Amino acid sequence: MFFQNLQKVLRQNIREYGMYIALFVIMLIFAITTNGTFVSARNLSNLLNQTGYVAVLAVGMTLVIVVRHIDLSVGFLAGFIGAVAAIAMKNVGMPAYVVIPLMLVLGTIAGLITALPVAQLGIPSFVASLAGWLIYRGLLQMVTESSGTIIIADNAFNAIGNAFIPDLPLGLLPNMHKLTLLIGVVAIVLFVMSQISQRQKQEVYGFEVLPKDIFALKLVFVSVLVGAITWVLASYSGLSWTAVIMLMVVGIYHFITTQTVLGRHIYAVGGNPDAAELSGISVKRITYVVFGSMGMLSALSGILYASWLKSASTTAGTLFELDAIAAAYVGGVSAAGGVGRVTGSIIGALVMSSLTSGMNLMGTGIAYQYIVRGVVLAVAVIFDVATRRASK
Amino acid sequence: MSTPILEMKGITKEFPGVKALNNVSFRVAQGEIHCLVGENGAGKSTLMKVLSGVYPHGTYSGDILLGGAVQRYRGIRDSEHAGVAIIYQELALIPELTVYENIFLGNEIRNGPLVNWNETIKRAGEMLDKVRLKVNPAAKIKDLGVGKQQLVEIAKALSRDIKLLILDEPTAALNEDDSANLLDLLRGLRDQGVTCILISHKLKEVIEISDSVTVLRDGQTICTLDAHKGEVSESALIKHMVGREIDNIYPKREHKAPGEVVLEVRDWNAYDPGLGRTILRDVNLNVRRGEIVGVAGLMGSGRTELAMSIFGNPLGYQIKGELLVKGKPQSFRQPQDAIRAGVAYVTEDRKGNGLILIQDVKENITLANLHAIAHRGVIDSNAEIKIANEYKVSLNIKTPSVEQRVSNLSGGNQQKVCLGKWLFVKPDLLILDEPTRGIDVGAKFEIYTLMNKLVDQGMSIIMISSELPEVLGMSDRVYIVSSGRVTGELPIGEATPEKVMQLATN
Repeated sequence: MFFQNLQKVLRQNIREYGMYIALFVIMLIFAITTNGTFVSARNLSNLLNQTGYVAVLAVGMTLVIVVRHIDLSVGFLAGFIGAVAAIAMKNVGMPAYVVIPLMLVLGTIAGLITALPVAQLGIPSFVASLAGWLIYRGLLQMVTESSGTIIIADNAFNAIGNAFIPDLPLGLLPNMHKLTLLIGVVAIVLFVMSQISQRQKQEVYGFEVLPKDIFALKLVFVSVLVGAITWVLASYSGLSWTAVIMLMVVGIYHFITTQTVLGRHIYAVGGNPDAAELSGISVKRITYVVFGSMGMLSALSGILYASWLKSASTTAGTLFELDAIAAAYVGGVSAAGGVGRVTGSIIGALVMSSLTSGMNLMGTGIAYQYIVRGVVLAVAVIFDVATRRASK
Repeated sequence: MSTPILEMKGITKEFPGVKALNNVSFRVAQGEIHCLVGENGAGKSTLMKVLSGVYPHGTYSGDILLGGAVQRYRGIRDSEHAGVAIIYQELALIPELTVYENIFLGNEIRNGPLVNWNETIKRAGEMLDKVRLKVNPAAKIKDLGVGKQQLVEIAKALSRDIKLLILDEPTAALNEDDSANLLDLLRGLRDQGVTCILISHKLKEVIEISDSVTVLRDGQTICTLDAHKGEVSESALIKHMVGREIDNIYPKREHKAPGEVVLEVRDWNAYDPGLGRTILRDVNLNVRRGEIVGVAGLMGSGRTELAMSIFGNPLGYQIKGELLVKGKPQSFRQPQDAIRAGVAYVTEDRKGNGLILIQDVKENITLANLHAIAHRGVIDSNAEIKIANEYKVSLNIKTPSVEQRVSNLSGGNQQKVCLGKWLFVKPDLLILDEPTRGIDVGAKFEIYTLMNKLVDQGMSIIMISSELPEVLGMSDRVYIVSSGRVTGELPIGEATPEKVMQLATN
């Protein structure tokens, strides 16, 4: 009975669970092929830091693709803003806490500028953002031309990409990072509680819910997974600031997309712009919001990347946009519009960076790495389309 | 019955959770016009999809015999090859290509690897003659009206060697003239020996044209009636379709003295910069509280444009004139402004710009008024489900739950979701554009009853419709539009079909 239920649930929700299973399988394979190095505390910690700057882009890109657009300018925009931040700290002497919000504002403005021809004149976003790609690439080279790579000396700024959150000054568990453990436990408790309350609500309204045993299995599975990752991270240096920022971005965007009027309007515009407009939703406004958010996240991505490398280089941001787009598609977003979750895109980003990290550890040549990642992207999208069709 | 050209025996087709067809039998005689009728969701479209190979052999049980031979289609190509041609409600022509390119699309006349364009154009001309359509074969499809496009589709079907021509609600989008023309053409084709299956909701035309009629209900064959034995009548068809007698399809309502003017347009002109022409000229129109105002007019007369120009002008017309809502001058720059002022517009094209098909029932119902169920921008999902369930019950929306995707609902239920969405904004004035297009008799009756209830509660309704009986059966007052002008205004007592039609063709 249990296995029948499991089979049925998996078959019905294969699209949703597929990515999680894929990520799990990929991690398992690398754990075996690298004799455990892949799942070591140090590597997982590094993996999260490396994923951060693409993951935040993927979150923004998800919404852009949901409203049937694309933004190619985000990579070099991130690179350019990283360089501007470096210059502001080094040459102007601004402190990090001024530079960071300033850069986020700058990024938002850049995003709104990309949206301008798209929203007002109906220029295809592919073209408008391709123009942005060229312009920001030029600007990046312009500001780094004289200096070449700009080394960032600001410790507070560099901490974002390299340091870990402080620990609680407690005596117990001397070798563990207590605050990380606490966050992990709180996350698990919140997850279990919200799942149970949601299930109760659905039962009240007579909606279809998972069979009890499968539901319990899901809770246990996620709790164990989160617990294990927390434990591994806590036994090293704890959560990095990058991981915290990434989790916050996902948390906020997940909330906005699933719980708010704005989120519903975004998905309505993606699902059918004409119907949305006739329902009193301003498609223009949503276009500005989505591109503005993309610009802000590009700035955040630029900050994360510059901070991680402690420098701004002339080539920073190259191909970030394609990594972000790939992550979003692996995560189940649909080019037809209106479909895709930010949580999926984060998983997509983790899948892609796990592949890079794992293959690096295995010593796979860079040529093969590209091919493998390409195949995974193709398979993910084919799988997605095939399951979508089957569920019709 | 003479020898059957088509025989479908014991067809059963199941989808997860529902039996769409249950042991259906269907026989069509050589050279007849055979109508297939039934409520939405009765299984007509599914049956035709089985016949055309959209659902390939093996996904259903039962047998298809065409000209006595068992058919096992693996896909649409096989059925086309066997001589089955289907023309769907949504036309499958390519707007940017010419008439002759479309007619021979996928069936090109070749010289080796190259297309023989001269022969193509000549043959296209012959096909157009056959369907009595006088257009330049080199015209682009997008420049033709819907009625002409339909004829091009038929010409395309006839360009192949077909045994069976199937038309799925061909007149749903046509005005009376084009419909009459099409039916006339079908008669002509019958006389040339073409066998035709016609799916239609318009019982009048079914009665007018059919040799025999098969009625489906809930996925089963109810009966096949022979027109030549006088078995086909409106009451008989309705009885078999709904399984009950409907005495009057327009529920009675007292025409009360109307209240104050809710909306008025004066000297209303609209110019469409995209088309480069004026689409509305000097329109004067008003609606009073508690009144159903009918707007009658043929396809392309400017009815929908009038509604759109009032409802916040989303298509960007250049407008001149005055718009007053409850006596106050207003200028709506977007639909949002109109909604705030208490105007709602239920579109004629529910799939195109009415519903978000990939979202569920509750998300569609609350879309236009999300702020009513949100606190500081956060949606109260309990309230949302509660509201959606209220409309599900009050509008009798047939869906397993409000979490069902609207693309899975039948046309009538989709229309009810549209209505629910606009009732939830609690408007003073509801503009209904073709509110019963493509939906079955039962759902129509429910919508009419609902309209009466709404005006009794003090709402005002503008009903735009190309179905004359509906306009005359439901309205308190009728405006007639033609070529972008209001050519007449008649109180219901004076509005006869002849008078309205005369003004509509003015």
